[in-house]
Formats: sequence, structure tokens, C-alpha cells
Amino acid sequence: MTFMNLPRRALLAATAATALALSVGGAAAQTPENVLIVGQIAEPQALDPAAVTAVNDFRILMNMYDGLVRYKDGTLEVEPALATDWTISEDGTVYTFTLREGVTFHDGSAFDAEAVKFNFDRMLDEAHPYHDTGPFPLAFFFSAVENVEVIDAQNVAFTLNSPYAPFLSNLAYPTGLIVSPAAVMEHGADFGRNPSGTGAFTFGEWRSNEAVVVQANPDYWDGAPALETVVFRPITDANTRTAEMLAGGIDLMVEVPPVALSEFQGDSYTVHEQAGPHVWFLILNAKEGPFADVRVRQAANYAINKEAIVNDVLEGTAEVAAGPTPPAFAWAYNPDLEPYPYDPDRARALLAEAGAEGAELTFYVTEGGSGMLDPVAMGTAIQADLEAVGLDVTIETYEWNTFLGNVNPGLEGKADMAQMAWMTNDPDTLPFLALRTEAWPDKGGFNSGYYSNPEVDVLLDAARVETDQSERARLYQEMQVIVQEDAPWVFVANWKQNAVTSDRVGGFSLQPSFFLLLDDVTKN
Amino acid sequence: MTGYILKRLLSAIPVLLGISVIVFLIMAMIPGDPATAILGSYATPENVEKLNRDLGLDQGLVPRYFIWLGNMLQGDFGRSFALNRPVLDEVLDRFGATLILAGTSFVMCSILGIAAGVISAARQYGFADKAITFVVLLGISIPSFFLGMMMILIFAVQLRWFPVSGMWPIYGDRNLWVLMDHLAMPAIALAVVATGVIARLARSAMLEVLRQDFIRTARAKGVHERRVIWRHALRAAMVSIIPILGIQAGFVLSGAVYIEMVFQWPGVGRMLVDAILKRDILLVQGGVVFIAACYVMFNIMVDVAQALLDPRIKT
Repeated sequence: MTFMNLPRRALLAATAATALALSVGGAAAQTPENVLIVGQIAEPQALDPAAVTAVNDFRILMNMYDGLVRYKDGTLEVEPALATDWTISEDGTVYTFTLREGVTFHDGSAFDAEAVKFNFDRMLDEAHPYHDTGPFPLAFFFSAVENVEVIDAQNVAFTLNSPYAPFLSNLAYPTGLIVSPAAVMEHGADFGRNPSGTGAFTFGEWRSNEAVVVQANPDYWDGAPALETVVFRPITDANTRTAEMLAGGIDLMVEVPPVALSEFQGDSYTVHEQAGPHVWFLILNAKEGPFADVRVRQAANYAINKEAIVNDVLEGTAEVAAGPTPPAFAWAYNPDLEPYPYDPDRARALLAEAGAEGAELTFYVTEGGSGMLDPVAMGTAIQADLEAVGLDVTIETYEWNTFLGNVNPGLEGKADMAQMAWMTNDPDTLPFLALRTEAWPDKGGFNSGYYSNPEVDVLLDAARVETDQSERARLYQEMQVIVQEDAPWVFVANWKQNAVTSDRVGGFSLQPSFFLLLDDVTKN
Repeated sequence: MTGYILKRLLSAIPVLLGISVIVFLIMAMIPGDPATAILGSYATPENVEKLNRDLGLDQGLVPRYFIWLGNMLQGDFGRSFALNRPVLDEVLDRFGATLILAGTSFVMCSILGIAAGVISAARQYGFADKAITFVVLLGISIPSFFLGMMMILIFAVQLRWFPVSGMWPIYGDRNLWVLMDHLAMPAIALAVVATGVIARLARSAMLEVLRQDFIRTARAKGVHERRVIWRHALRAAMVSIIPILGIQAGFVLSGAVYIEMVFQWPGVGRMLVDAILKRDILLVQGGVVFIAACYVMFNIMVDVAQALLDPRIKT
């Protein structure tokens, strides 16, 4: 049967081709010195800070732009950046900033008061000629701003429609980063792909779905960075990102899945952890059903084994939350607050007292979403804990956007409890949007569980207009005690953001803001 | 022949219109809207309403569909919300990458699959047949994303023969060798299942043909066995193999979604998955219509090829 000659020849050819392919692939990529390759979780939407909303984009932007103020290293307190100094009027409505002199944008144009005005008018004034370079989804961060006035080249004044204490903190948020007006005028709606700021790194190139490359800015006002180049690579699949890190294709990886952390033990890698302004909780429907009774809400807080969730389900990548404000807001956090202990007997006693034994509960769970950690596994653990104290819990699972569409309009008539997580930049944001009576869903807020306590409302309203930080802190601390006692939520976890660096990377630390700051990082 | 091709092209128009209506309706009906996806935690009704106005989503369904269709017919697929660039640019960029991946895989699985099927059939119940059947069964049974992950672990992380992911290196030259280096693992992982399916169906198609009289005649008149198998039998069997190839081309194209995720190949499948999760309506709609158009064109090409091989089909 001579026809077998042909397959034999084909087999030979195939073997040769394979061998050739293997020899080509032989050289494992060793990343060059002073070039840092960062494994990101997704392709950025745009490099225009006013137009984006995702932490993933902020990680790049914070290295290319500066705001008027910024968070002090390792804290969530503001310090000067492009503004060297500021004064706040007696009534808390006029903020006057003195700008840093001699700063230029990467495109060579000067940074001055006109540029500041341009930035905020572009976002806030629908009649501004460059308002159509949006949309600007987070512009409402500055909705209190009535107008921005240029006093002279170095001084600019913001007038607010009412006192608004989180204003400075919002200026430190990426939405407040200052872009080059000249570049916006030149590129219009494509500015997001042709960015220009004042930051430590200048824009190099953006290869769609492959990499965003930024170069060191030698003239950076805060000292030129040590790295020459940073490459941000979008690697959406967490397993592939882990494999790239193990194979040496990237030097720094963010958001390491908890199950992959064990791969990075040993001297070749450093695992970084940092608790951030994040809280993971269960919204309880306080309007109707069993959770209308505060004792049942407290019982749920006692019944759920939060230690087990953070240590076993999340492999230690989170800490047990005590109240509605994350400890990362060190100045506003009440250190006397102790988390509800895991005490099933106490939970059973409270349920008996409230006559809610065996109550049937509907529990909304999501498959995953921003800040939601491992929601399905956490939901199952919570369900088991609640059933152990005699509650009958039915889980309904939804994809993230569908989930938000169900939860945000309020739980009434649909569910008794729902998972939720928030990452914020100011202790005002979450309680103001999700715990006040005025924040019920029908009034446009996120209080989907209909919690209402006039005392809390008064405290939160007062804290928002108070410009003295220590007084604000006192108000928030008092609010935390009341809210913990009222238990409108089950306080579950505060996420610790993590990252892994290879042993060639130095000077890196994560920030409580969850931003990624690379200007002091080195790589040999 | 020209008439046949024209007829097939005309019949593609209602198909494409139907697809555009269906994908539009699906994107309109699935829960969750782009404004919520963009705003995330900050999606207050007020913010959503403003953003919807900015995105032009505050109009009714019917006007939105016709505006979209009208623009598309003029070649304007709109602008992606999530990527902030024209949909067509993104789709074309990504489709090129997918074609390279799926095309390589398709060539691989066609050649290897047909060869394996023919050898199997020629040596029915022999050792070669049994060995090939075993390997083929193994290949069909492994999910491609799992195979891809295992390949990454072994060949990229452990042995470091190939890069883990991506299409091009981050720095350095871009040439054919570098591309092949990145292409090898995903293309193989994608081809495995289709190779198996083609091999099995090619084998039965060949067995069918080998039982026919003209093969016996050929052998009886002393034609060399190699010629009988690879010329006479294979040519006849191709009529039933080509439609299988057409179906497998679609399979390879859709299977590319998983492979693109695992190997972070910047292709159209990964683009669509991301776009759906972000409710990037115009990108999903434009992408699906574009892919559907390519798919329909490919099927027409297969039909035409079949008609050329077997004139009976046309009638």
C-alpha cells in the first residue's frame, strides 16, 4: 500500500514545521529596564478624565494628569497639587485657589486660571463650545459649582450654590483632573485618544486592545519619575493575567484573584495589599416584611459569620466591616465601633422575640460587578448562615446591569435583601446617597431598603455643609453609631485591594484611594 | 452561474434585515441600559436621564432603529460609547485579528481533518483508523478554553516556548515570525475540535464513496490505489465534505470567542463579549450585523463552490 507514503511525508513535514515554530518561540521575553509593564483589567474607555468612570481608566489617568489638589501619600486627606494654596470663605461657598507657577501642559501650552475655568465650564456648562466633547457622566461631582471666576492668571475662585464639604475631596478625584484646553480645542471629541495633561508621564501611543504607552515627563513639577516608560496592557481574563505575571510578560498586576495569590509566594514576587474606601453590605428591606423589625435586622447581622466570609471565601483579601463608613477614611471613622460578633444564639433569641422564626426571605445576588468581590460564593455562605438560625432564604441571581436595574429602584414588593458594594472618595458620598430619608429611590437616591432615621438625616445634612474637618468627623462618627444600632444593612466586608510586583520593581505601594501612582516606582 | 449567484445574493438581503431587527430588539429588551453600565454606582434617575439624552437614547424604538439603519446603509455605524471611537474602525480592526486567527485555524483543521478522515477511511478498522479515531474523539471532547488554559500553563508559563497572550509583542519588530509565535497556541487550540469533527465526517463521506461501483471499476482497471483514494474517491466525497467545511468555518469563527478571551487575542469575539457586558449598544449591533454579513457571504461562497462541483445542486 504505497499511498501511505504521502501521509508519512505529511507527518514529516508537520514535525518539521512544529520544530521550526518551537525554535522561533524559544526566546522568552525579558522586559527591558526602566520600562514597567502593567497588567490592567480592561481596555480603557478614554484618556479624558472628565469622560470616564472606571477605576481601570483612573489607574492610567492619575499618572498623566494632576488635579488642583491630590490625596496625601497613603491617606485620603487632600494636599496641594496644581494649586499651592486655597482659602474658603466664611460661609463655605467660595473657594479661592492660588495656582502653581511655571507649570505647562505636555503640549507646551501654559497652565493658568483660564485653563482651570475651561475645564470646569466644559463639564458643567451645556452652552460651552466644547461641552459636546463629552458626555461627562460624573460631572455631578461638581454640580454645586455655580461659576468659576478667573481673578488673574494665578488665582481662580469657585462659587458654590451652597456649602458643600466634599468639594475639595472631589477635586482630588480623577473627574477633577485638569486637561489641556489647547489639546481639547485641537482634537475635539478625539481628545480621549490624544490626551495632554501636566502629570508625571506624557502620552506615548495607544494601540487599541494591546497597550497604552506613556513616557516620563522630564519637566514634571514634582520631580521627574524614575521610570522611562510605562506600558498598560489590558488583560481582561484574570487567569491569563496571572499566567502573564508568572511568565514574566508583565511586571505589575492589579486585582489578583484571591485563589491565585498562593502562586506569588516566594522571593520573586511581592504581594501588596491596601484597604480602601470600600464597603460590601446587604441592603435590608426596612419597609415591609421581616426586616421592617429592627430586631430581625440585628439578628441577620449576628447570624452571618463575616470572619468566615473574609477569611475563607475571600481568602483574606477583605476585612470585616463594622459600620457604613470604611476605616480607610481614617479621619472620619469611628474607631470605637466593633463589628457585630458572630452569635447565632443571639440571632435566634432576637428572631424569637420578634416572632420571625422561619420567615421566608428573597435575596438578590449578582454574578459579579464593580467592587462586588465574589458575590455568588458570598451569597451562598450568607444563605447558609441565615438558614442555620431558622430563616428560609431564596436566592435570585442576576447579571450586574440587570441587578442594578432591579435594586436601584427599591426592593419594595420584590425582595427582602440585596447585595451591594460601594467605593467612594469621601465619607459623605455613600451615607448621603444611600441612608437618608431624602435618598429613597422615588426621590432619586440609592436608599433601596427605605431606611429612615431623622437623627441620621440631620447629622448627614450638617456634615455636608461643615467645612471644619474635625467637626465633620464628629458628625460622621455619631452617625456611624446610630446606623450600626439601627442595622439598615448587614455590614459585611471592606475590600483590601491587592497587586503583585516582580522582584525587579521597587518603590511601589498601593494607595487607599485605589489609584495607581507610579512616579516613584523603579525597575532594574 | 451568474444568475444563480445573483439569486443567492438577493436572498441575503432579507436575512440581513431580519438580523438587524433581531439584534436591535435584543439590545433594546435586555435588562440594564448603557447609562447604568457607564454610571455604575452613580446611576441616579436624574443622571441616567441626562446621559441618555447625551447618547441619543431618549427617543422611541422605531425612530432609533430607522436612524441606525439609515446611517448604516450610508456606511456610518455610529460611535461606541464604551470605547469612544467609531464602531466601524473598531470592528474592522478587530475583525482582521479574528480572520487571522480563525483563518489559520480553518486551514489547519480542513487539511488535517480531511487527511485524517481519508486515511481512516482507506484503512477502515486498521491500526491507523483506530489510532486516528481515538485521537479525534479526544480532540472533540476537550473544551477549547480548557485546552487553551492548559497550553498556556505548559508551553508559556512552564516551558516559556510561546508568549502567554496577545497578538503582537509590546516592543520590538512586527514581522511574520513574531505573529506566528503569538498565533501558534490560540490557532491550535481553536482548530482541535473542528479538526475532529471534520475528520469523523470526512471518514464517513469517504466510506460511502469507496463502496460505489466506479471505485471498483477504477481498481479493476488497475488504477494505482493512491490515485483511487486521493483522486477518484476524494473528489467525489468533496461534494459532501465542503458543506461540512462551511459549517465548521462558522464554528471556528464562533469558537474564536472563547479562545480570544483565554489568549487575549484582540479579535471581534472578545470585543462583542466586552461590549455586551458594557451595554455598548451600537458596537454590539454594528459588530453582529457585520459578522452576520460576512457569515452570509461565506455561506453563499460555499453554495457556489458546491454548485460548481456538482451541477445538480443549482436546479
